[in-house]
Amino acid sequence: MTLTEGMDQVFVLLKHWLVGLAGPHWQPLLSDLISVAALIATFATLFAVTTLLERKGLGRMQNRFGPNRVGPCGVLQPLADGVKALIKEDIVPSGADKVMHFFAPLVLVVPVFLALAVIPVGRNMAALDLDSGVLFFFAVGAATELSVFMAGWSSRNKYSLLGAMRAVAQMISYEVPLILSAIAVIMIAGSLSTVEIVKAQAGYSGVIPHWYVLTPWGFAAFILFMIAAMAESNRAPFDLPEGESEIIAGYYTEYSGFKFALFFLGEYVGMFAVSGMAVTLFLGGWHAPFSFLTWVPSWLWFFAKLIALICVFIWVRGTLPRLRLDQLMNFAWKFMLPMALLDMLAAGLWHFIPAVSARWLVCSALVLGAYAMLARGLIQGRKVAKRTYQYAE
Amino acid sequence: MQDILFYIFAYLALQFGFLVVANPFSRNPVTSAMFLVLTIASLAGLFVLLHAFFLAAVQVLVYAGAVMVLFLFVIMLLDLRAEERERLRTFEVVAGLISAGAILFIFLATLVHSPPGIQQSPTAEGGTIALGRLLFSHYLLPFEIVSVLLLVAMVGVVLLSKKNLK
Repeated sequence: MTLTEGMDQVFVLLKHWLVGLAGPHWQPLLSDLISVAALIATFATLFAVTTLLERKGLGRMQNRFGPNRVGPCGVLQPLADGVKALIKEDIVPSGADKVMHFFAPLVLVVPVFLALAVIPVGRNMAALDLDSGVLFFFAVGAATELSVFMAGWSSRNKYSLLGAMRAVAQMISYEVPLILSAIAVIMIAGSLSTVEIVKAQAGYSGVIPHWYVLTPWGFAAFILFMIAAMAESNRAPFDLPEGESEIIAGYYTEYSGFKFALFFLGEYVGMFAVSGMAVTLFLGGWHAPFSFLTWVPSWLWFFAKLIALICVFIWVRGTLPRLRLDQLMNFAWKFMLPMALLDMLAAGLWHFIPAVSARWLVCSALVLGAYAMLARGLIQGRKVAKRTYQYAE
Repeated sequence: MQDILFYIFAYLALQFGFLVVANPFSRNPVTSAMFLVLTIASLAGLFVLLHAFFLAAVQVLVYAGAVMVLFLFVIMLLDLRAEERERLRTFEVVAGLISAGAILFIFLATLVHSPPGIQQSPTAEGGTIALGRLLFSHYLLPFEIVSVLLLVAMVGVVLLSKKNLK
């Protein structure tokens, strides 16, 4: 085994060695436990790093420093935040439904970690290789809506309830384009297994990889998936459910201390999971972006792509203002949904047209035409004129 | 192991199902709805034991996720106290009994027709593909009829939610 192969499989070999230490009866259990522990440890660490990256990055975008007091350049800030969350008093409103109030953060955190299990983070490194892995991912993701509702309803607070209503309406609306854009990939790859989808994107033409994002339908689906993913994880510009200028903090207004930290953790791990799914579906999973870079370990590529997508999330958050509720709904139902359906049609045509140039032409024309028509439909009937100020001229 | 898990999930499904309709501690519809979620989750566990991973995932995705949340939405927007006071009407009881009886009849008929004994359970590999092929070949007509039914429901909702009906 060469050095590059060894580096590529270092975690797999380590796990095999550890499992080999146990008796044969305990090996399956131990193997699962190691996978679970590794997943939780990796993504919890990534959570800490991302909060710091986000606060620093947003700070730079808004012409300020961000956290710079704890440790050198503020790198120990996540630790301080964790200690603060742990020692804060946990307040439960007296009118609250105590059982549901207690379970809401757990119903968020457990499914998002479960969703991570089907994502292949490297060659031979999927914790759970299911026959219908993509479906499993979306199925456990659906539980987050329930958690938001439980939190908002059980708090017995009108702002919580308003936030939960907004969140549920938004998440249900955007779940449709999220899944439909993934279906285009499933149609072409011919499998619901995440490992198979990554395998279908292997190979290079020259130095260019065979990723789905580099096809017209795949590019459109990727953009739709990312927009829907932002809405699903309730992040700016889709953060109406926690719009602090209107409804305090939305569905987690009445949460404090560690339960609030759990919501925060759930939101970020959900973002990792959905970004990891975007990497798996569109960006070739753990495959290297160029054929001459295949010597770099596969897990490194996966996490590089994941962090790149997270930076996009942070960048968008620092750039765009919050949407209004009617704009949000119009965008989901009048643009995203028909666009995703037409994109599925384009993927189907891509599969059945044999000639390479013809299918590029047809699919590009379809996707661009659909985009132009739907965008025009979206802004139609809206006065796009220069704003006139009454007193500020 | 399989048998123990089956009994656990079956017990949980029945227990939670009972708590949905007759909860001795609370008459709150939201509590009932939450128990319905747990019932659905237990049923998904039973599907997994039958190696029907696709069905289990769809069950959780569609029912425990989207449909339940819409249920809760509706419960939240209605006046809960009026709902709690309402008595059972004869028509509702009769309609409920008829539908429950029909479902029971279908179950019994299937059970009678299926050969006794333990059969080889279908494997997990290719389950989704086989199911898809069956749905689009052998069961195409029922499948399409169900989708038309959903379309009718959707058109009906759009029509009802229009403010000015002409």
